[in-house]
Amino acid sequence: MTEPSAGPAALSSATRRCTGNATEPVTFGSILFLGDVRPTPGQLDEPQFFRDLNIDQIVDSVVAGREFYDLRPFFHAPLTDVDAIHYRHEVLRDLERPALRDGIDEFAEKMRHMRDCLTMAAKLRYRYQKERLFLDAVMTYGAAVSSLARDLRLGSPSSRGLLAFRECVAAYADSGGFADLYAEASQLDKNLSGIKYCLNIKGNRVRVSKYADELDYSNEVRETFEKFRQGDVKDYRTRFSTLLEMDHVEAGILQLVARLYPQVFQALDAFCERYQRYADDVVNRFDREVQFYLAYLDYLAPLRKTGLSFCYPDVSADTKEVYVADTFDLALARKLVSDHAPLVGNDVRLQGAERLLVITGPNQGGKTTFARTFGQLHYLASIGCLVPGRDARVFLARDLLTHFEREEDLSNLSGKLQDDLQRIHRLLQRATGSSVIILNEIFTSTTPADGLYLSMKILKQVAALESLCVCVTFLDELASFSPTTVSMVSMVVTENPAQRTFKVIRRPADGFAYAAAIADKYGLTYDRVKARVSA
Amino acid sequence: MKSFLLHRDEDFDIERELPPNAAALSQDLELDTLLNAMSGGDEFLFGVARTVLFSSLAAPEDILYRQDVLSDCIRQPEIVTQVYSIAAEAIRAEKQVYRGIFSSPGYVLHRAIEVLQLYVGVLRQLRGIADEHAAEFASAGFTRFFDMLRGELDDTYFAVIEEHLRQLRFRDGVLVSARLGRGNIGADYVLRKPNPIRQSLVSRLSGRGRPGYVLTIADRDESGLRTLSDLGDRGVNLVANALGQSTDHILSFLTMVRRELGFYVGCLHLHDQLTQKGEPVCFPVPLAAGKQALSADGLYDTCLTLRVEQRVVGNDLNADGKTLVLITGANQGGKSTFLRSIGLAQLMMQCGMFVSAESYSANICAGVFTHYKREEDATMTSGKLDEELGRMSGIVAAISPNGLLLCNESFAATNEREGSEIARHITRALVDSGVKVFFVTHFFDLADGFYREDLENALFLRAERQDDGRRTFRLAEGGPLPTSHAQDVYQRIFGESQPGWGG
Repeated sequence: MTEPSAGPAALSSATRRCTGNATEPVTFGSILFLGDVRPTPGQLDEPQFFRDLNIDQIVDSVVAGREFYDLRPFFHAPLTDVDAIHYRHEVLRDLERPALRDGIDEFAEKMRHMRDCLTMAAKLRYRYQKERLFLDAVMTYGAAVSSLARDLRLGSPSSRGLLAFRECVAAYADSGGFADLYAEASQLDKNLSGIKYCLNIKGNRVRVSKYADELDYSNEVRETFEKFRQGDVKDYRTRFSTLLEMDHVEAGILQLVARLYPQVFQALDAFCERYQRYADDVVNRFDREVQFYLAYLDYLAPLRKTGLSFCYPDVSADTKEVYVADTFDLALARKLVSDHAPLVGNDVRLQGAERLLVITGPNQGGKTTFARTFGQLHYLASIGCLVPGRDARVFLARDLLTHFEREEDLSNLSGKLQDDLQRIHRLLQRATGSSVIILNEIFTSTTPADGLYLSMKILKQVAALESLCVCVTFLDELASFSPTTVSMVSMVVTENPAQRTFKVIRRPADGFAYAAAIADKYGLTYDRVKARVSA
Repeated sequence: MKSFLLHRDEDFDIERELPPNAAALSQDLELDTLLNAMSGGDEFLFGVARTVLFSSLAAPEDILYRQDVLSDCIRQPEIVTQVYSIAAEAIRAEKQVYRGIFSSPGYVLHRAIEVLQLYVGVLRQLRGIADEHAAEFASAGFTRFFDMLRGELDDTYFAVIEEHLRQLRFRDGVLVSARLGRGNIGADYVLRKPNPIRQSLVSRLSGRGRPGYVLTIADRDESGLRTLSDLGDRGVNLVANALGQSTDHILSFLTMVRRELGFYVGCLHLHDQLTQKGEPVCFPVPLAAGKQALSADGLYDTCLTLRVEQRVVGNDLNADGKTLVLITGANQGGKSTFLRSIGLAQLMMQCGMFVSAESYSANICAGVFTHYKREEDATMTSGKLDEELGRMSGIVAAISPNGLLLCNESFAATNEREGSEIARHITRALVDSGVKVFFVTHFFDLADGFYREDLENALFLRAERQDDGRRTFRLAEGGPLPTSHAQDVYQRIFGESQPGWGG
């Protein structure tokens, strides 16, 4: 018996028709991609900036437990078209509704179970065992498709993706081919499950016969002593192996059971012969691709439970007026939430010609985290996902370029400076007005004067390109570098400098960060005093 | 089958968690002294007595139910002790039956049969005692208990058990039913009782009674033979479990009998010790919760008398209608002993025991709590006052209206002014909430403050002191006096007058 094709469709496979035999075949492509746009193989490796922005950690967690679906390539491929992003937002919004979500979870669970059955069938040795597991797989598949069709109908999706897929599945589920498959499988399963037989074992002989209403002796014993029952007692049942594999004696007994019920087993043989290839490619592909959304939503769920907000960003390829309230580092949030540590959100607002965010302030105050947050925000938006925070508008970047300090080579400072400059040079060669650039602690290996000189040079080029850029630096002077520059400052708790606040607020880099921290601790910052007075 | 000797209609729950104040109560009321007297060093009796003591009853009729059973015990100590011993011995003997390291259905069954045979003997013994002595018991508890033994364990029942013991030898092989489970592998193996045989002897021997096929395993096929016996075991599994669990149920029954009688055996031990010494004991009169009554004659400290040779001094008390009793007076004048005698009597009454007094009557309290001055802070993490406040906070979290709180020199860790102020607020809040508070204090400020208020629900007691300075260890009604008597104590111990400025 060859194994039927049941794995996920390959990424390269083209749009297929549902194999229902309706007169007008319904076509459906992908729940992830609008039209026939597919990521090219080159885009499927992990982008270089993943590590700098800790997006690698996010993706690792998101796909964990879903290895079978091979979701990483989808997270490695940013979209370039705003409508393609809307296509995903619509599906995500649908999937946030419990009715649809539960239905698709149930479908996925059944498909998983189906694959397990087939894997097991391939491993087993005796024919009637293989055939029974194949039957299980078909049964499960049938139930998966039926429940999916039903749940998509009842769930009233409104996304283009799920609406189109719903039609496709409905046509398939209504087709005669599918109905025959499912009905035959169900009848066969019912017949097999109804078989009950007796073994009379004495010495080296076992007699196999049909069950003839013999009484349950254990019950009789139990009833005799029922009067002494006081409460729960130990379970003395020996755990027998639950392995599916039979040995020759059990197989011999099964053969005899088959002789007691010849018609049922002949029907089983015939069924397996006829339905070798039963699974539909479009169903398989959906099963895989929809997990992209579910994996991401599952990653967000525990964070949302703690009160963190996520939103569908307004993504634009035209304006660079980026804004978001209470955004945060998605990788860090996961860690802090699991440690039950508080997380502080930050606001970003770039207006008019503002392009360049210069972050200064005390160490340990969340400057780098803020830079990562900005990068993550743009990347997550570009793959059509919800982003951390509220009321977000995000620029649809063509690429994301990052420069983070490398830990190695600290012994050779001049070598490090050279390396830094070479990397930044390459970065600037790739940068365009549609890039988002994250520069984290550049030129720390040189004197402040040299660092300032070099940084000015670099930032001038960035400013000329009008790229969106976050620059984390200890050089206060950079904060007022140009009219397109926005200065932001990280805060610390003054009494306990080891405690991170991760609060980065828009203010001049004027050395008052420390004073502001004290004021904040006592609720006496400008904003909070105002809020409290008016409360 | 239930013994129901501690509760009229429910099992006694030995697993119940001790109340959060158990440790403090044990320490402050010296409960180990009481429990040791009850257990005579027997760990099992100690545990039972402790759990029962901490599981106060809430209704007067439940207390009276136990008092009746205990009266029977005091009248028939030998028979009660014998039933207790039979149960204890059966439990011990069961432990001696070998338990294998590996468990297989065949082994489980084998052991269960052996244990069952042991129990059949024990149950016959209990039936015999019931037949012989039931008439000598008067309490509702024992009457029901003996009736149950005679009704449930009749001769027919013993015959049914013997028949099972015969069947379980499986002379005709094992008959199991099964279904086709996942992967068509056999599942749901159930041991069956063969249907009564109707066909002729010939057809039975030839196995042609009804359609069936035979598989014979070759003698040299060891793994095949193992599989076959394994399939049989799957069927035997359930019956072995059923029998194993049945013997466990019988064991639970015997354990329950031993446990419940264990409490009364403990009471008998204590009764012996007190009466031999000539100390009076009485069955107290429990009143419904909310009555706010407490009166006693000759109330003495059970634990104190267990520790000393001579009889101890008892106190008379009439605190009916009082919810605040403030006790002041001479150091080492019997204040702590009195406070303990109240706590012990209340706890003992509420679990159905007799109490150490000539008479005692009180309402049932929703929990007895103690707040005593501690000599040191065991945790070393906070100051003494912190520690005291922490404990009081725990009590306040746990106590409910109708609770009883015994305070002994609470908040003495700080100065009188501050301590009095703290104590005053807490005490007033508790009393206003319906808690009954006994407060031993040497804070004149605290006691006098309440005294001046002339509260109807407050009683003031003072440790007596004779004119020559000697203590009587009796308390009498009376308001606080401005000085304590530390000088006296000092004098007795140092044997000299306090040195003056010049000395």
